[in-house]
Amino acid sequence: MSEDKTGITMMDAPIYLDYNFTAGSATSRFLHGLKQGVLIGQRCPGCDAVYVPARGSCARCGVATGEDVVLSDKATVESFTIVYIPIPGNPIKPPYIIANVVPDGANISFIHLISECNNEDVRIGQRVQAVWKPESEWTYAMDNIIYFKPIDEADIDPEQIGR
Amino acid sequence: MRDVAVISWAQSPMVGDAGALNEVELIMPVVQKALADAGLESVQDVDFTCSGSCDYLQGASFAFVSGVDALGAVPPIKESHVEMDAAWALYEAWLKIQMGQADSALVYGFAKSSPGDLPSVLSLQLDPYYLAPLWPDSISLAGLQARAMLDAGVISETDMAEVVVRSRGNARNNANAQLAGDVTIDELLAQPMYVSPLRKHDCCPVSDGASAMVICTVEKARALGHPYAVIKGIDHRIESNNLGARDLTRSVSTEQAAAAAGVAQGPVDIAELHAPFSHQEIILERALGLSEDTRVNLSGGVLAGNLMMAAGLDRIGEVAMRICAGEAGRGVAHATSGACLQQNMVVVLEAE
Repeated sequence: MSEDKTGITMMDAPIYLDYNFTAGSATSRFLHGLKQGVLIGQRCPGCDAVYVPARGSCARCGVATGEDVVLSDKATVESFTIVYIPIPGNPIKPPYIIANVVPDGANISFIHLISECNNEDVRIGQRVQAVWKPESEWTYAMDNIIYFKPIDEADIDPEQIGR
Repeated sequence: MRDVAVISWAQSPMVGDAGALNEVELIMPVVQKALADAGLESVQDVDFTCSGSCDYLQGASFAFVSGVDALGAVPPIKESHVEMDAAWALYEAWLKIQMGQADSALVYGFAKSSPGDLPSVLSLQLDPYYLAPLWPDSISLAGLQARAMLDAGVISETDMAEVVVRSRGNARNNANAQLAGDVTIDELLAQPMYVSPLRKHDCCPVSDGASAMVICTVEKARALGHPYAVIKGIDHRIESNNLGARDLTRSVSTEQAAAAAGVAQGPVDIAELHAPFSHQEIILERALGLSEDTRVNLSGGVLAGNLMMAAGLDRIGEVAMRICAGEAGRGVAHATSGACLQQNMVVVLEAE
């Protein structure tokens, strides 16, 4: 055993914990929708805002969002960033675009990839549409949508996105 | 000191597995009920909100931030959180009112403990260098404590079984209880050991759920015009995280908190003790100096259902609601945190 009592500056104490994660009943309906190839949001009975993916409550009103709303897979770019730095474990090769997109019929964005375009051309207000995996590969996951691609529709005024 | 009143408390049913419900879906109903019972329309009607929870329980980082989605925090509210039982969230809210920064507050706690292995998760609250790397789970540590008490001759296995018989019996009157029923000491002692010397019934169950409470100044409670219980004393103390440096057969921190909160300054009609293991209820009764006249854990206590991060707040709510209902004039609530009753809060509540 070492007599050096000054050398220890670090120790390893690994933590292993397994969890059975549950998404919540509202988010579960969203995931079941993805399995069928549709985006399902939920409407707040108080302020009519449509959330996607819904977490079960309207964060503004603090009430349950019970009503399911089927949304289009067309969306509008609300904000975006171009990623140049490779992220360990991420198979996507930089540079690529991460964007907040607001699906038609919803009032809130979610994050997804934008592709089939020149990165320099992506802009706020741009119209995009989901590109889905083949139906046989659909699971209960967001990557049923591979990415969103630009479509030939007029840009939305940034002030009107998600309104 | 400003007198603070407990005016409402709502608790979800304590269940072993809340299924698909997420924390937001667990919190929303109890927050809405606590506000409605207080005569308030929304979270905008209180001056301050504080919650207690632990992200390790559901294994989701920043779960406590997601919990705010349940409130309706637009326009923005003054909000805080403790990574502790919500009894300590109540303490923070009580301090806010003492400082004159709020006249009313919403306090809530929530836990979805079923997704993980709770006794192992709780080992993460031990000191990170010497104890936590050994992964001593909460039940094994409580077993060491019970063994120390049995060996010292300060309790018997029959004493422990008596606590469970009373808990299960009282819980029959608690609609939210997870475990209730008629059992006898002989039946319990015939059960096999679980983590010796603890049998399974000596340990609280793993529960999912949430609780919420509204507190306010006595002036505001009078204005709202319905029954309330007044917090006359509140104090919390903590002991060393080195289990070997503590006398596990007693609870010094509870004794100190009880003295500071003024437990002995009047009769104690009822007491709700946060004792996750049967032998700990006996430690707490002695530390609080309770007499035969005090009715203990009329709800069944946490042996009947243990909402982690809300169970301490629930003890305060149980006492307060019984005082509001006129079933008691003066009561004591206790909350605990950490291994083997490391940290303890004592609250004295009275009818006006």
